[in-house]
Amino acid sequence: MDHLTETCREIKDKLSAYLDGELESALCAEIEQHLRGCDDCRVMVDTLNKTITLYRNYGQETVPPDVHERLTRVLNLQQLKTQGKPAE
Amino acid sequence: MPSDQPRDEDLVIQAQAGDEAAFTELVHRHEHRVYTLALRMLRNPADAEDALQETFISALNGLPNFRREATFATWLYRIAYNATLMRLRKPLPGASLDEVIENDESAMPRELTDWSHDPAAALLNQETREAMDAAVATLPETLRSIFLLRDVDGLSTEEAAAVLNISIEAAKVRLHRARLALRDKLSNYFGAPRVIEKEVP
Repeated sequence: MDHLTETCREIKDKLSAYLDGELESALCAEIEQHLRGCDDCRVMVDTLNKTITLYRNYGQETVPPDVHERLTRVLNLQQLKTQGKPAE
Repeated sequence: MPSDQPRDEDLVIQAQAGDEAAFTELVHRHEHRVYTLALRMLRNPADAEDALQETFISALNGLPNFRREATFATWLYRIAYNATLMRLRKPLPGASLDEVIENDESAMPRELTDWSHDPAAALLNQETREAMDAAVATLPETLRSIFLLRDVDGLSTEEAAAVLNISIEAAKVRLHRARLALRDKLSNYFGAPRVIEKEVP
């Protein structure tokens, strides 16, 4: 059974920044050296990366046509109201 | 963006001068991202539609006072975020996680599970999408919002922090916690039999 070392904990706290490319190269090298010798952290970084990629690729919802139509209608009414014109 | 497309900033100036078509173009540009945020925060199409309408009505009414200190997108998503928050006040399953995750600086997964296959291949699978949605829904609001803005809507950390009115550092901490929590949730779905027991201090 493996146990988390202090280094594992420290690295785990930095993994998002590491994957987002926000860390300095010296720190990246340190992390990569640890990853080469630690299966647990390698699994962690790999699955965390997959999690982020999955959601980034998930894509946006598209506003359904009927929802868009109702939005347009309420905004038109609001614009008329703002301008003090009677709604048609 | 192609050069023949007016920038948001230009459209805002035109809309502030009373050009309704310019405002309509801003709606077209941003409605899908606002709807995505609302739908994934609220998980209810009717509530998401209400939040969508409220967001753009508020934007329309507030536009004369918008001083362009932030980008239009940041300003708009802040309105959208507040509109969804108003609808989130009822307790959600999993809301109790909020305190645990917010306060436990060293929260560690109890299990570290490798994933048996590349989940990207299963992305179009409806069941996978439902599992992903369900995982996001279990996040406390503070983590869900930063995650959706940053990793789903594609805002930068700086923009997402501005929308949420929190520091960039706080945004990074929350984002990391959200990702770790989602990784754990999805491990139940994608995980292989190999499980390494971890000791929680």
